[in-house]
Amino acid sequence: MRNLFNYVERNSLIHDLTGATKLICLLLWSFAAMCTYDTRFLVLLPILSLGLFLLSNIQLKDVSFMLGFTAVFMVLNNVLVFVFAPLHGVSLYGTSHILFALGGRYVVTQEQLFYHLNLVLKYLSTIPIVLLFVCTTNPSEFAASLNRIGVKYTIAYSVALALRYIPDIQREYHEISQAQQARGIEMSRKQSLFKRLKSAGTILIPLIMSSMDRIETISNAMELRGFGKNKKRTWYMGRPFRLLDFLAIAICVGLLVTALVLNYLNGSRFWNPFA
Amino acid sequence: MSEIMLEFSDFGFQYNAQAEPTLEHINLTIRKGEKILIAGPSGCGKSTLAHCMNGLIPFSYRGTCTGSAKLCGREIRDLSLFEVAKTVGTVLQDSDGQFIGLTVAEDIAFALENDCVEGTEMHERVKEVAAQVGMDNHLFHAPNQLSGGQKQRIALAGIMVNDVQVFLFDEPLANLDPATGKAAIDLIDRLRDRTGAAVVIIEHRLEDVLYRNVDRIVLMNEGKILADLPPDELLSTNLLSQCGIREPLYLTAMRYAGVDITPEKHPSDIRSLRIDGTDCAKLRTWMHENPEKPAMDFSKVLMETHHVTFGYRPVHTVLKDINVAVKEGELLAIVGTNGAGKSTFSKVICGFETQQEGTITFDGVEDWQSLSIKERADHVGYVMQNPNQMISQNLIFDEVALGLRTRGVPEDAVRTRVENTLKVCGLWPFRSWPISALSFGQKKRVTIAAILVMRPKMIILDEPTAGQDYAHYTDIMEFLRELRENGITVVMITHDMHLMLEYADRSVVFSDGRVICDDTSAAVLTNRDVVRSANLKMTSLYELALLSGISDVKGFVQRFIDYERKECRS
Repeated sequence: MRNLFNYVERNSLIHDLTGATKLICLLLWSFAAMCTYDTRFLVLLPILSLGLFLLSNIQLKDVSFMLGFTAVFMVLNNVLVFVFAPLHGVSLYGTSHILFALGGRYVVTQEQLFYHLNLVLKYLSTIPIVLLFVCTTNPSEFAASLNRIGVKYTIAYSVALALRYIPDIQREYHEISQAQQARGIEMSRKQSLFKRLKSAGTILIPLIMSSMDRIETISNAMELRGFGKNKKRTWYMGRPFRLLDFLAIAICVGLLVTALVLNYLNGSRFWNPFA
Repeated sequence: MSEIMLEFSDFGFQYNAQAEPTLEHINLTIRKGEKILIAGPSGCGKSTLAHCMNGLIPFSYRGTCTGSAKLCGREIRDLSLFEVAKTVGTVLQDSDGQFIGLTVAEDIAFALENDCVEGTEMHERVKEVAAQVGMDNHLFHAPNQLSGGQKQRIALAGIMVNDVQVFLFDEPLANLDPATGKAAIDLIDRLRDRTGAAVVIIEHRLEDVLYRNVDRIVLMNEGKILADLPPDELLSTNLLSQCGIREPLYLTAMRYAGVDITPEKHPSDIRSLRIDGTDCAKLRTWMHENPEKPAMDFSKVLMETHHVTFGYRPVHTVLKDINVAVKEGELLAIVGTNGAGKSTFSKVICGFETQQEGTITFDGVEDWQSLSIKERADHVGYVMQNPNQMISQNLIFDEVALGLRTRGVPEDAVRTRVENTLKVCGLWPFRSWPISALSFGQKKRVTIAAILVMRPKMIILDEPTAGQDYAHYTDIMEFLRELRENGITVVMITHDMHLMLEYADRSVVFSDGRVICDDTSAAVLTNRDVVRSANLKMTSLYELALLSGISDVKGFVQRFIDYERKECRS
């Protein structure tokens, strides 16, 4: 793992959008997906994002790890909801169509299953689009995008710096832990928790100390090259907005508006087929 | 006379946290187009003086200034850090740490971005400057894809975008191998010629800087300027050695042979050195009178690698068929460029990485391969380059005891072993000190002590003398030599040629994952082919020998080493 951002460089329409556009679209899309439980809308979003994936030339193997990871979460989330609130769907939709009983207070209802379907659709509406953002946004452009949507550049730049230094710090952590292992520090599960915490200290303290040296160097280097001089700054990787960018933002605004209108028409965040 | 860029008159500075001034009575004038070398031992105040030139003092580090410090005729304290930085561009010592951007282009553009330069103009300027330092083909490379020398060139480009009029280099050679260092000095020289800017280089590796002409050397000691002279004149005095700065090796050799050094002989560069018939005769007589000492005989093999091959990824082998024997009791140097495989080699020995092919044998240990990292550490100790990467305890005693305690040694045995080790390492007087109060060199000793306490037969040190001035260098190296007297085998990974010459019994040269030479250091550093492929530099003693008509060059170098060990270090 070289970078937090698993940027995949390809040629595509999605890659051509500026980082700021993608960030704005991601936010609009996520709001839209979060604010409604209208199943018709939630079915639309995964289909749309599948289309975007095809457009972006990102392949399944580029994102398979993260997809697997979130799939586990999704399953866990659903199981826990059912265990703790088997009748949540009933109280939401106000009717109860029992399919079969599992014993105790556990009954499977159409309403509950429908609610779970919505939960799954929510995952499918948001996760792929986040992955798409991560895979198609050049990390260098990310700080510039944050700045463009109004985040102060000093804060935006600290994100870029973190991306710059994370691989270095990972490598250093690895080296320090090897040298400390040679001195007999064990981090394995054979040790008690207290001992393991103590062991972690023997790696983390040197890591922190050498990172402090790093911070002094980098802050000197940045100041000497005029960081913080002006209220604004430009970005080497920043790109001007083009027609495509405005179009993408307009579509995502449309999605959010649709979601809000649906909520209004449904009278609540839920679309109720049982009524 | 050209325009005055920087002018210090009776200038002094005291950090708020310090009881005494770090700089006193500094009088120094630097003009446009001049190239000045500032030299001095660690702690002499040369870095503080650099901070005073680039504005970090008084704007970032707090303290009290006395006297006057002017940049282009204006008092620095009346300007701002950003105004100073527009005129004085600084390349810091740590070429990796000052790399800010995620890619080369972004790093070069950093100052332009902060100046709100617009897109197209910025892209063109970056391209232009990158071409000037020869990096225009690497614009989108990340820092971890670059060598130390390349990173330094990027740092240089990053200040060149500002059209600065003073270039300030803080120890530019500290992290570079000898050949890359030579190229850096060359680049700095061409830069001065093209821009007409003033160049200030802070460095204690005098001989390497003098590879290209400098106008003046400013020698500092204990916060004051001791001398401000043209190099030929300064090198004719004894001031350098009095301050603990190493003079060029050929001059040391000439002094040994009783040759007078005067400014007329142009001692600042071996290529301009003028020595007459009498001097040559003196050198030849000296060589004759000091026969080569028989090489020490190390016969018992302690550790040996047989056909070791290793790669992090299957296609990319870092070590190819390595056969190296380390003899008991020797001081062995492992040299080569960054990425040649020397660090990886030590990791394979310690068990941090496992080789794909080949075996390692260690005297008296059955089946080395099957030992864990921790078990191998009972025989081979590994000391990292930066002591801050190893120290985790507050007190020296606890730090040294750590390895024993994790091995479950009873506390009274821990006490005696730690105390003995502290005595061996010269740390006994500091035993109850907190580690934070120690100097860098003392911390290094603590980390070595923490390894020695486990009684390994062999220790491997990664760049034991990196960033150390001559006095501290000598201190650490003499200490390692004493360890050898105590029967410990010492393996050092380095690209310091002085270390190789003066201390190593033997040098193993790595290049591109292979061992290309395994011989005495005198033989390695007088072998043109090896020197070229391992990014080393021919020792200047080689040229001195040729100049004075000595044909047995290797013998001359060997005699110099023997003489130094005998006369100066006993």
